Amino acid sequence: MALAGVFLLVFLAVHLGINLLLLADDGGKAFSAAAGFMGTHPVIRIFELALFGGFALHIAFGVIVSIRNRKSRPIRYQHRSLSETSPFSKYMMHTGMIVLLFLVLHFIDFYFIKIGVVSPPPGIGRHDFYSRAVALFSDPAYSAIYLFSFLVLGFHLNHALQAAAQTLGLNHPRFTPLIKAASALYAMIIAGGFMAIPLRFTLFN
Amino acid sequence: MKFTLKIWRQKNAEDKGGMVTYQVDTVSPDSSFFEMLDQLNQQLISKGEDPVAFDHDCREGICGTCSLYINGRPHGPLKGATTCQLHMRAFRDGETIYVEPWRCGAFPVVKDLIVDRSALDKIIQAGGYISVNSGGVPDANTIPVPKPNADSAFDAAACIGCGACVAACPNASPMLFVGAKISHLALLPQGRIEAERRVRQMVAAMDSLGFGFCSNTYACEAECPKEIKIANITRLNREFLAAKLAAEKEQTGGFAI
Amino acid sequence: MINLNAKTPGVPLPEQWDAYKAGCKLVSPNNKRKLDIIVVGTGLAGASAAATLGQLGYNVKSFCYQDSPRRAHSIAAQGGINAAKNYQNDGDNVFRLFYDTIKGGDYRSRESNVYRLASISPEIIDLCVAQGVPFAREYGGLLANRSFGGAQVSRTFYARGQTGQQLLIGAYSAMSREIAAGTVKLYNRRDVLDIVLVDGKARGIIARNLVTGEVERHSAHAVVLATGGYGNVFYLSTNAMGSNVTPAWSAYKKGAAFANPCFTQIHPTCIPVHGEFQSKLTLMSESLRNDGRIWVPADKSDAELIRQKKLRPEQIHESKRDYYLERRYPAFGNLVPRDVASRAAKERCDAGFGVDSHGRAVYLDFSDAIERLGRAEISARYGNLFEMYERIVDDNPYRTPMMIYPAVHYTMGGLWVDYELMTTVPGLYSIGECNFSDHGANRLGASALMQGLADGYFILPYTISGYLSHEINTPPIPTTLPEFHLAARDVTDRLARLKKSGGKESVDHLHRKLGKVMWEYCGMSRNEQGLTKALGEIAELKAEFASGVKIPGGLKEYNPELEKALRVEDFIELGSLMVRDALHRNESCGGHFREEYQTPDHEALRNDDEFTYVAAWEHQGDAAPEMHREELHFDTVKLTQRSYK
Ligand SMILES: Cc1cc2nc3c(=O)[nH]c(=O)nc-3n(C[C@H](O)[C@H](O)[C@H](O)COP(=O)(O)OP(=O)(O)OC[C@H]3O[C@@H](n4cnc5c(N)ncnc54)[C@H](O)[C@@H]3O)c2cc1C
Ligand code: HEM
Ligand code: SF4
Ligand code: FES
Repeated sequence: MALAGVFLLVFLAVHLGINLLLLADDGGKAFSAAAGFMGTHPVIRIFELALFGGFALHIAFGVIVSIRNRKSRPIRYQHRSLSETSPFSKYMMHTGMIVLLFLVLHFIDFYFIKIGVVSPPPGIGRHDFYSRAVALFSDPAYSAIYLFSFLVLGFHLNHALQAAAQTLGLNHPRFTPLIKAASALYAMIIAGGFMAIPLRFTLFN
Repeated sequence: MKFTLKIWRQKNAEDKGGMVTYQVDTVSPDSSFFEMLDQLNQQLISKGEDPVAFDHDCREGICGTCSLYINGRPHGPLKGATTCQLHMRAFRDGETIYVEPWRCGAFPVVKDLIVDRSALDKIIQAGGYISVNSGGVPDANTIPVPKPNADSAFDAAACIGCGACVAACPNASPMLFVGAKISHLALLPQGRIEAERRVRQMVAAMDSLGFGFCSNTYACEAECPKEIKIANITRLNREFLAAKLAAEKEQTGGFAI
Repeated sequence: MINLNAKTPGVPLPEQWDAYKAGCKLVSPNNKRKLDIIVVGTGLAGASAAATLGQLGYNVKSFCYQDSPRRAHSIAAQGGINAAKNYQNDGDNVFRLFYDTIKGGDYRSRESNVYRLASISPEIIDLCVAQGVPFAREYGGLLANRSFGGAQVSRTFYARGQTGQQLLIGAYSAMSREIAAGTVKLYNRRDVLDIVLVDGKARGIIARNLVTGEVERHSAHAVVLATGGYGNVFYLSTNAMGSNVTPAWSAYKKGAAFANPCFTQIHPTCIPVHGEFQSKLTLMSESLRNDGRIWVPADKSDAELIRQKKLRPEQIHESKRDYYLERRYPAFGNLVPRDVASRAAKERCDAGFGVDSHGRAVYLDFSDAIERLGRAEISARYGNLFEMYERIVDDNPYRTPMMIYPAVHYTMGGLWVDYELMTTVPGLYSIGECNFSDHGANRLGASALMQGLADGYFILPYTISGYLSHEINTPPIPTTLPEFHLAARDVTDRLARLKKSGGKESVDHLHRKLGKVMWEYCGMSRNEQGLTKALGEIAELKAEFASGVKIPGGLKEYNPELEKALRVEDFIELGSLMVRDALHRNESCGGHFREEYQTPDHEALRNDDEFTYVAAWEHQGDAAPEMHREELHFDTVKLTQRSYK
């Protein structure tokens, strides 16, 4: 679970790096080059498979564990719990599910087009992710969904990194607070970074 | 002071049970929570009703017998205290107080507010000890222990086995309890010798008893009456991973594959 | 007629235990497997015994009334455990610990048992450390010690203020290991209500399953009682709510002699009683007296104003305070032994100088110590105790002096046992606080934990083998024997009778009443007139209980009121025996202070010529119990009057 999660964390960072190229004022050249590289290079193809595996494992474990966890308390409390918990930790399933929904959307819009399952809208090439992105972000509704999803992903991640450190047994009186801070920072960078893109497109185009 | 109490009543393990509302008046703010319940019970007895059953023994916060989920928190609103250390001055006059048993599939209700926590004993039986017999041990001072380690071991060993961590955890996981015992023994040179076996067996026992899995919400740490730290869970995870790797090493005869 | 032969080995004191072990008959491993032993109680004594007997290979059946063995009352012990390790090189040794214990007990204990206890004490520490008990340590990594209860050497090992907890967890863990190995079988939430004798030997028990209400029979080749003390006879005490005398009392009724029942220890530093519904008293560690000064106002009028909350203690000028311990006992001051400090507090309060709203408290003041050592140091030494006090009383002891008052804490009396820890019933053993053996008329601080573990880990496992070596041909005892049937029927009848009694009073109400009588007449100081009165009042209470107690709920279910009723019924009878014992002992010694027997300046006056014996009481059915004496011989120490002036 944690290992798969950590793998996803790395993937997200790479993905963000590429997406931020969208912001480069070069009409999408850099972005397309990177996306093209990512789309064709054989090593990346292998990673892509691993990535699917990672998602599948993470989701499968997440679901199995959550089901078991619900069963471990067959009779619930009458009074709502007032115990302090780590922020968002209780809502990992909820935030995860929203991220998953977004992923489905995301697949329909990009990945399925790329592999040819879905045909691209008229006027846009199968591998022209740049135009595709520009087109999508010009729709305020899509941008709103996108923004919301990444806000939620941010919440997921805020807990995720330091939780993974905890699960992997990494602890130190001095470094644990740092890990927590890093976790929050990572969440902000990822969420903020991804969110910057539609904001840039809707606000400045 | 006056209080409205909403208390879980359940005749026995088979009964369905439900919340019942009671009224207590003339409670002294200096009364402990249990003395308030004693007072309620005296009322019930004089009316010929069945008194509310709850677990308690030492009434000074050390035996771990008392439980109670009070207004959405195990051991009530006071931080770092057990229910028996809670006094009525911690509540507002006229307040409605919800009192429920610990909820966890592994802790079936015995009666009213009493649950069966023997699952925690079973986890200890699986390995929460150092395997020495009475007699034939070396002089105590031949095993020096660095003071910081001894102090941290004590901090972990202060666990009273009350189960509040399980009650607080959204997943009903006993990781804090198990982590405390693993830490206590892993921090001492005497305990290192069978550390790997211990963590494997205790985790296996924990997983087999119907508890949930830790998802790092840290509710346990917030509610533990002895303020056992989450770092003990981290140590448990670390010891467990190390033991797993070591187990593979045992099987494959080392890493040189 | 009971036999009070102590069976002390006939060799000089220091050689006795070795001589005993050398001559002791053993049981071979293949035979141990065939022998059953019941151990009632999972405190330090019971858990350590069960663990060790299990390791040796016997079949152990262990009983406790709590949900988990780890919750036995031993868990509450705070201060520490003594051992003659002499790690501090301050002149301690086995003889000195032995001597201190005999003297502290005011010369009313058996030399041979106490010497053995002192000589075993170092081994206990070794074992506990090997088990992982996190004792306090110095920076060099070695064990730390402190001086406790005014001892002249530092021989007390401790684990912050939770020594009992850590030791018990050690014993509980050792026992858990045996449970996993199958040599110990645990019966938790069981109330042991009777001892079963077959052909005069202890062969089993009758227990009520507290969850189902079922009356169960359990058999064994020998029975060990480790059920703790009976301080709850006073209703309010520092003991756990469930502490009780029932198993020991049923042993007494089956022929085991009960020794020195009136010897109870009142601890001077407890949090005072606050009100009618109070259920329990909390001990504040004795260590507080190392730095705190005890006083009451010197003027009665000031005390009166304080009681009415019109004056605060801080406002009373130094010259108007009476530091009565320092005044009366200049040599020991605030560090006099427990019994002396307790009586002095009572004396001041009786004289009208008490300070809380009921006039039943004295001050324990840290202002001098804070000035001398700084607040930080005081907080390092006592921070957790101050916090505990503030949580209960809602008052800050850094600013206002603490209020304290004596409370019942420990019972030195208990089942009479010989050198082998066997009662007068063959095959019935008693260990820990449940027996009377080592503390005479007063126990020294940090010695109860030592005794419980010595009994369980190191003494009983030897002595019981001598008895069991004669039982190797006895097959498992069937619980279908008529003796079991009779005993179970007696218990069932008793339960039904209690349930039917149909009165109006709750058990707690009657228990509180008993407590008041005991505290008033058989507490910190006693006199003939009061004790005689108490006998009458207890008899009335007994009648009132029989007809007037009200127990809701059924017999076949979890029923805490029924549990309490059984306990209180036995406490009432025990109370009567305690009063008798106190009445017959025409001397003052240790915790037993008879007002008629004091020196001109109000110190306890022992009568060694007439009372250097253990009073062992034998049950006589409805007739008055009969007292037997075990004369005490002091071959090694010389009897002197204790003086703390
Ligand atoms: C607050 C406090 C502080 C103390 N501090 C110290 C200290 O610092 N140093 C020191 O040396 N001593 C101290 N003492 C004394 C010491 O703790 C006890 O004397 C000692 O722990 C008794 O141990 P035990 O094993 O004999 O009995 P306990 O620990 O009392 O155990 C009794 C056992 O018997 C079982 N039992 C009882 N009745 C029944 C029944 N009817 N059916 C089934 N099971 C039953 C219980 O379940 C329990 O397991 C302190 C005592 C108190 C109250
Ligand atoms: C890019 C996407 C994602 C990343 C980077 C990510 C990362 C992580 C990480 C690192 C953890 C912490 C693991 C631990 O506690 O040790 C975690 C927990 C969790 N994730 Fe995700 N996750 C992602 C998507 C999802 C999705 C799609 C789901 C949908 C089901 C999901 C469900 C969960 C759940 C339920 C937890 C709590 C795990 C537990 O019980 O320990 N996550 N995630
Ligand atoms: S870790 Fe804390 S909450 Fe959990 S059992 Fe121990 S003392 Fe109770
Ligand atoms: S009753 Fe012992 S901890 Fe609360």
